[in-house]
Amino acid sequence: MKDYLIYFAQAYPNFRRSEIESLAGLNGIKLDLSHHDESTPFLVVQLENDEQARKIMERSILGRGIYELWGDGNSLEEVHVNTKLRYGSEFDRYKQITFKFDFVGYMGSREKKNKFEVIESFAYLGFEGPIRMKNPDEVFVVLEQYEQPDREKSTTPLHIWFGRQVQLSARTENILDKYDLKKRKYIGTTSFDAELSLISCNIAQVNTGKVVYDPFAGTGSFLVAAANYGGYVVGSDIDHRSLRGKNEKCNIWANMKQYNSASQFLDVMTMDFTHNALRPDFQIDTIVCDPPYGVREGLKVCGVKDPTKAAHRENVVIDGEKAHLRRDFIHPKKPYELASLLDDLLSFAVQRLPVGGRLCFWMPTANDEFSTDFIPHHDSLDLLYNLDQEFNKWSRRLLVYSKRDHQSSHTSVEQAPAATVSKNISNFRARYFKGFSPSSK
Amino acid sequence: MKFLTTNFVKCAVKSCSASQDSFPLKYSECQLAKEESEYNPDFVCHMLERLDWDAIVKVAADLGNTSIPPQKPEGLDPIMEDDQAILRDLHSLLVETVILEGKMTCSSCGHIYHIKNSIPNFLLPPHLV
Ligand SMILES: C[S@@+](CC[C@H](N)C(=O)[O-])C[C@H]1O[C@@H](n2cnc3c(N)ncnc32)[C@H](O)[C@@H]1O
Repeated sequence: MKDYLIYFAQAYPNFRRSEIESLAGLNGIKLDLSHHDESTPFLVVQLENDEQARKIMERSILGRGIYELWGDGNSLEEVHVNTKLRYGSEFDRYKQITFKFDFVGYMGSREKKNKFEVIESFAYLGFEGPIRMKNPDEVFVVLEQYEQPDREKSTTPLHIWFGRQVQLSARTENILDKYDLKKRKYIGTTSFDAELSLISCNIAQVNTGKVVYDPFAGTGSFLVAAANYGGYVVGSDIDHRSLRGKNEKCNIWANMKQYNSASQFLDVMTMDFTHNALRPDFQIDTIVCDPPYGVREGLKVCGVKDPTKAAHRENVVIDGEKAHLRRDFIHPKKPYELASLLDDLLSFAVQRLPVGGRLCFWMPTANDEFSTDFIPHHDSLDLLYNLDQEFNKWSRRLLVYSKRDHQSSHTSVEQAPAATVSKNISNFRARYFKGFSPSSK
Repeated sequence: MKFLTTNFVKCAVKSCSASQDSFPLKYSECQLAKEESEYNPDFVCHMLERLDWDAIVKVAADLGNTSIPPQKPEGLDPIMEDDQAILRDLHSLLVETVILEGKMTCSSCGHIYHIKNSIPNFLLPPHLV
């Protein structure tokens, strides 16, 4: 094992650990991140080799890069002593390669002139190969942490790491720009933020050749994100208009083509999730979604509120055809509880996912009445992560479950947790529509 | 709706779930099209593993193609040159053949679903939920 340094982006620090852990797990890599500290973007981890480092970083959205750590310290002098001590015997291996030096500064940086001096101070490495700014064999990087955020910008770093760049992340390679909703051909009011949908798919361990299902697909945000990681994607939604889009140049198919993922796209279908038409033995590897919670998109299921009023409508005939069998029949919808829908979702996941398969979904929660009781539960699912994203007046969370190794017929429908979920959700809706008391801001 | 997808969907009515007749659905009055799409042999192989071949044969016959071999092609390898011809045929059948409009009928309960603008619609009327 040797030390590698991960440099993280300054975004969603509470999601970092789950993302990197999930990517490690996906590649069968043992990785201990228990010492992760959300307040700093630098994290030293132990890995076997570069191959492992590449695997955990190349898909990452919250990481920026990973470096083989040669030495570190609170001053350049310390870094040099440490580097000679730890990597002195390795310098020779790099004698003839092409290389360049790079700098990463967090909360501060060096002047250009000063950078040259720093590079000069590494002369003892004895690299003879030509310096190449474009595509060098190796990039050596000086990473520096400057003052803490609340202080004034300083020019003397608090801590310095020196290492060999092993892998830059998808984020560093501009994936967020590629999936930016503003550049996407088809989006709607329900489209999900690109960054968080890619993170969700990493935590869900979407991978090449795995079937990924979004039962509340809408405009297909999770479908394009999952396809980016090689998933074979299928979606359904009760609202056929969002699936259909506007026209050939502005729909889910156009998005798939835009991202070169058309060959991984299965299909989308109009479906009420609670009356699912996917055959039970069609194996789904991963479920990633953003269920409706009534804020922007009414949560509905097929049916009528008062069945007595609708009695005998199935006998209505139009032009010699049963009305409900006609192409243009409009299927009545009725409201449904999110608590019940989430129970349906958990039970569905248990039926369809393989052992270890992940279910990953977003749900709302009100800020000032947080309680972990409000998390839906199923005996056959392990809750792996519960990650909060705070907005001004409300928050939502990503819940990630993995299917357990035993079968169980219990669902939380008959159990107490369902009730608590229900309380939370209706509470949330009521509060959202009422607005928030000043104290909850 | 890809021809492939006909292999993954059954009747959505709960009381049909135990019935053998609710899968595959019976396809009629279908308007087909051929939509060229990028050939992805890995995708075809992965899907092949999940296919119920008898249902493929049956639905193809509904749609007027009775020349599908009765046995599922096995052991195909996406990187083998020799397997490319058949994988391409499968790609053309499963992925490029699409149903734009049509009806899907459950042989168990008789309910009719529609495919509209190439999207199958499995919503149910009130008396079936
Ligand atoms: C929060 S949105 C998800 C949007 C999606 N992530 C996107 O990229 O546009 C929830 C979706 O659930 C759908 N929905 C509501 N009730 C449903 C039901 N019973 N079955 C299936 N979909 C439903 C809504 O039509 C809506 O598109």
